[in-house]
Formats: sequence, structure tokens, C-alpha cells
Amino acid sequence: MSTITMANALNQALRDSIAEDENVLVFGEDVGTLGGVFRITDGLTRDFGEDRCFDTPLAEAGIVGFALGMCLTGFRPVVEMQFDAFAYPAFEQIASHVAKMRNRTAGKVTLPMVIRVPYAGGIGGVEHHCDSSEGYYAHTPGLKVVTPSTPADAYSLLREAIADPDPVVFMEPKVLYWSKADLELPATTEPFGRAAVRRNGTDVTLVTYGPSVPTALKAAEAAQEEGWNVEVIDLRTIVPFDDETVVESVRRTGRCVVVSEAQGFGGVAGEVAARVTERCFHSLEAPVLRVSGLDIPYPAPKLEHTYLPGVERILDAIARLQWDDVPDLHHAGAGATA
Amino acid sequence: MSDEPTVRHHESVVTPAGEHDITDGGPDMVQFLDAEGNRLETNESNAPYAEIVEALTAEDGRAMYRDLVLVRRVDAEGHALQRQGELGLWPSLLGQEAAQVGAGRAMRPQDYAFPGYREHGVAWCKGVPPENLLGMFRGVNNGGWDSNENNFHLYTIVIGNQMLHATGYAMGIQRDGAVGTGDESRDAAVMAFTGDGGTAQGDYNEALVFAGVANAPVVFFVQNNQWAISEPNYKQFRIPPYLRARGFGFPGVRVDGNDVLASYAVSKAAMDAARAGQGPTLIEAFTYRMGAHTTSDDPTKYRIAAEVDIWREKDPIKRMRGFMEKNGHADQEFFDAVDAEADEIAARIRKACQEMPNPELPTMFDNIYVDEHPVVAAERDEFVAYHASFEGAGH
Ligand SMILES: Cc1ncc(C[n+]2csc(CCOP(=O)(O)OP(=O)(O)O)c2C)c(N)n1
Ligand SMILES: [Mg+2]
Repeated sequence: MSTITMANALNQALRDSIAEDENVLVFGEDVGTLGGVFRITDGLTRDFGEDRCFDTPLAEAGIVGFALGMCLTGFRPVVEMQFDAFAYPAFEQIASHVAKMRNRTAGKVTLPMVIRVPYAGGIGGVEHHCDSSEGYYAHTPGLKVVTPSTPADAYSLLREAIADPDPVVFMEPKVLYWSKADLELPATTEPFGRAAVRRNGTDVTLVTYGPSVPTALKAAEAAQEEGWNVEVIDLRTIVPFDDETVVESVRRTGRCVVVSEAQGFGGVAGEVAARVTERCFHSLEAPVLRVSGLDIPYPAPKLEHTYLPGVERILDAIARLQWDDVPDLHHAGAGATA
Repeated sequence: MSDEPTVRHHESVVTPAGEHDITDGGPDMVQFLDAEGNRLETNESNAPYAEIVEALTAEDGRAMYRDLVLVRRVDAEGHALQRQGELGLWPSLLGQEAAQVGAGRAMRPQDYAFPGYREHGVAWCKGVPPENLLGMFRGVNNGGWDSNENNFHLYTIVIGNQMLHATGYAMGIQRDGAVGTGDESRDAAVMAFTGDGGTAQGDYNEALVFAGVANAPVVFFVQNNQWAISEPNYKQFRIPPYLRARGFGFPGVRVDGNDVLASYAVSKAAMDAARAGQGPTLIEAFTYRMGAHTTSDDPTKYRIAAEVDIWREKDPIKRMRGFMEKNGHADQEFFDAVDAEADEIAARIRKACQEMPNPELPTMFDNIYVDEHPVVAAERDEFVAYHASFEGAGH
């Protein structure tokens, strides 16, 4: 056992994938000599050579379009977008081509590509460095969308993403890059497509993912002191979505709060709330609530702590789950973010 | 097909370090001052601009020198404020002062500048108070100035995007008839700034296509500071930016970006041509990023100190001062006064930074739509009430 950060785990997953499969290539801006601005590709060029990990020109549409072409020749590219908002120049390639190639070729061509995207806020980054862009990808059929919240999952999910025959958008919560765990690598966690129950509880289910998982766990501990026994589910893979684990939990607890950093309107949290409502309606004691980012552009760093879903807002949402069977008139039906 | 590059001018092909000299801009580069500030003889590349330089007075030179020193001091203060925790991030322009002051001084008030994020020197020349640049880096706003007040657009962090905005603006003023009238106070043009790395982006190349097709009044000013974070030129392009301009249908010029006279002269000629309706020019200012990419970066990971040392010898301020001293254009009293002014400005910026108020919470809901959107308004009201509920509750 050793203490490993999420950044270390991702680096090791890339190393092991490169070592095991000669078709795996890592490329992007500053990933070579520098090892990436977050050092996730640290030492890969040194240890495996320019052939396996290399710097590209500064053009994201180019990086992803070019990765697509390389897939066609049998490579398995793992590309890095430097920050969430800097992946947007590549969005056309991703949405129009990467996501659809298998469908357009009637299954003849698959694209085993991984697009790594450091995402979300909480690091005091200036604008364009804090976006939660998972919703755009999750909304695009043909893409798998993955986001780890622990070092073990970072390793295991990235290995699986690279081995996966479909394109995977691998969303890395920047704020957790330096989070640590004692573990032995290689580690294998729950399989792709499975959510993980991070904390067992009986009264309410918090469904969350990525950067919000530690916050949800803290909120669950705080809620315990107030007498609520909270279950916390980490989705791990937003696509494919694990209805089974979520539905089983909510049917048991009868209450559900979805926690996500992204803007609430039209986002992943809304999708989760809708799926839970459709499947668990008769078990629900209260409307499903969302605690999400606000429906505004990501604010300047001095305000981000109020924008991000924190423990207080999660507790506040839990408190509003009609524990006394008194309908919460203010929120019922509004579906508003807490 | 052979492995030989299809390019004929082999000397202009950009190749890995060691195979070409990243400290030498080559014979095409327009230069008026050598590293010591000696005025160079007229030669093939600087001849077209010699008249502009000849027309500069000692007074003009002093004004340029003052800008160089003040801009460097503003930058140093930004860097220091970041180190002391007052700013979250600072991208330093150290080494690029002459490129920016030359370009900035070639603009008239009616001309519009579209910067990247390092153009503090251009901002200065456009009259933007340096304090205004700090808000975004302090984390109190997402921009912080009215871009129409000084015709200086907001900083654009997403590489290359602003080149399109600049070209669109140029096409707009072209349609307004503010180009080629011969009226000095009316004719306008645009300057669009990016870096060597920026030239790889699709947006950059599309902007050049549009500008060429429309013959738009825009000057693309590429500061080739040799590095795009950790990536040197040879990872971004095979042919340097100034030579690529031809392919888009307009002239490209490489200028010594550490020579303020050359940067000014080349910029003025290009802006005059654009205002007169003669279309775009691409200027590649050959310079060097003396510092880290930003305060978050550690350049020792990817470049050698010897390279920085060579470029330190080409310092733009030392060079201009040498020129002025050799020609008796300024005395010690002048230089001391500029230094004193720099200290005053630095103190002013520091104070303004420290006193910058944190934004009030409800302001983050402002200015999202022109008309209030009920979803946002409801969230704001709920949110304000929610935060008010903590007041007096020990939170
Ligand atoms: C679209 C986009 N991709 C990546 C980045 C991250 N990034 C910020 S600056 C930079 C390098 C820019 O180099 P260059 O254009 O030479 O300008 P310089 O910083 O040297 O002034 C990169 C890759 C970004 N801001 N935008
Ligand atoms: Mg550069």
C-alpha cells in the first residue's frame, strides 16, 4: 500500500496502458516534455518516447479530428484537452464525427478513443477554467461519459476507458487531482457502467458524481448528527447510466437529492431526477430535489464558493424533503435548484 | 514522394532546436537598433520603414521609453501581487514590452485592439488604467472593463478566438465607411493580437481567410515569443507566421519585437495602409517570453537557462536607453523621473488591488440576459433569501 493521489493514479493508468498495448498513443498540448499542465502525463515521453506520448500544435479541433483518423488506422489515442472550456473548439469533431462514426458506418467502424478533460471548479481558476461540461457530452448519443471521484476509480476507470471500443469522454475533477488514498496499483474497482454506493443509508439517497462526491459524503456525515441516515451514490459513469443501483436505493429510502456542480437547467442532475421520478414515483415521499450550480455563467473565483453546491445547501435540501408530511409549498413543483 | 520538404526556402523552415536558431530572426527581420542601441544602417528589410523612424523626434523617443519602463513596472507589480496572494494568476509580458508599445503607439483612439491575455502594454497605450486589468486575475470579475471606452476589447483567454472578433469588427467599420476616406480623425483599423501558439488554431486561420477575402482593415500582430507554454515554434508550424501571410493574400512582415522603433514603424505602416483601405497585414514580432508562461508555470521543466541569457542581452529597454543616450535625447534627470513615476504607478496599482471590493453575492445573477429571465430571477431571490437566513446565525 502506498499513498496515491488521483493525479498519480491517472499517470499510472496511462503508463500501464501504453506498456500493455502498442496501439495506445497519448497526445495533446504540453503533454510531452512538460507532462501536462496538471502533470498527468508526467514522464511518459521520457519513459516511452515521442512515438507514444507527444505534443501537438495548439488546436483542439485538430487534436480530436486527427485522433479520429488515427483510430481508423488501428491506434487507440488518448488525447488531453488542457481545460474543460478549451475542449469546445473540438466539440464539432466530437459531436458530429466521433460520436456518430459507428452508427454512420453501420457498425463497421468503431472509435476506441479517450478524450481526457480536466473539468469543474473549486480551484480559483480564471474564467474558462472551471466549466462543468459533462452535460454536452452526456447529451450526445454515441459517447460514454466517465468521471472518477477516487484515486482507485481514476486508475480503474481510465484503464477501462482506454480498453473500451467506444469513444469515451473522461472527465477529471481538477479539484480532486491531489486527493489521496492508500492503495495498491493496479486496482480494479466496480465495472464500467456501475454506480458505487459510497455510504449506506436508509432515509435519503444522495446521487452525485465527480467533484461533488466528497462534498456529498461530508453532508451525509453532518446529516447523521441531525438524525438523517443518508446513502451516497457515486455514478462514476454518467453514460452508461446505472438505473438499477439508483432505483434500488431510492425505492428503499423514498427520498432523493441529486448533487452536481454543473448549472442545473438542462443538465445531468435534471436527467437523474427525471429518471428517478419516472421509476420510483410510488416510493417517493417527496419531490426529487437538485442541488446544483446556479443558472449563470461560472462566477469569478471570489464568488465560486457560494455558487458551488456545498454541505449547507445539501443539508438544506435534505431538510426540505417533507419529513413531517407537510408539503413544502415553496418548492413543490418548482423543481428549482436548492 | 520524397521525404524532402516541398518548401523551397530551406532557411525559413522551422525545425527542432539545434537545427535553427531561436534567438535570431534572420535577414528578413526589420530592425533599427542593435542590442546596444546603435542605429543600424538602412538595409533591404528596414528600408521601407526608415522614413517613419526618421520622422520620430527625441520627444517621441522619450515617450516610447517612458511607456516601456512603466509597462514593465506595471507587469512586475502584477507578478508581485500574485506572489503575495493578492492575485490568483498573472501572465507576465516581461521581454515583450517593445513589441506591444510599438504596436500600441501605432493605434489612434478610433482604432480597436483585440488582445489575448498578455497585452498589458497594449492596454496601457490604449489608455486602459492598469488597475482594470487586475480584477479578472484577482477573481472579482470575469473581465472588468468597458471595452468600448478605450477601444480595447476584453482579454480573451481561449486561444485564437479574438482574431475572428477583430476581423468581424474590421468588416463592420468597413461597411460603416470608416475606411479610406482620407479623414484622419475618421478612418479606423483594427489590431488583433495572438501568440506563436495561437497561429495553429482554426480560428486564427479562418480569421486570416476572412480578412483576406474582405480586404478588411485589420492588422494581425503575432508576438512570437518562441514558446507556447512548453512548446517551441517547431511544434506549432513549419513555416513562420510572417511567411504564411502571403498564402492568405496579404503581406507579412517579421519585425524585431525587442526594438520599439522597428515595432512602431512596421505597425504604423500597416495600420496606415489598413485605414486607407489597402487591407490586412500580418506582423510577426520576433521576441521572447522572459518569464514563466504564467505564475502557475515552471519553465525550468522545458527550456534551458542559456537561451534566456541570450535573450536578456537583447533587452528592449536597455536597447532604447542606449539609443537615447548615444544621441543625447535624454539626460539622467529624465531617466530618474521615469523611474520615480514607475514607482508611483506601482504603489497606486498595489493600493487599488488591495482595496478592490469583493463582489456582492447577488451581482453574479446580473447581466446574463438583457431582459430578466424568470428562472434566473427566481434563483437569485431564493439564493439571496437563503444566504440572508444565515445572518446572525453564527455563519
Ligand atoms: C483553446 C485553448 N486551448 C488551450 C489553452 C491553454 N493555453 C493557454 S495559453 C497557451 C499557450 C499560448 O501560446 P502562445 O499563443 O504562443 O501565446 P503566449 O502565451 O506565448 O503569449 C495554452 C495552450 C487556451 N487558453 N485556449
Ligand atoms: Mg508564445
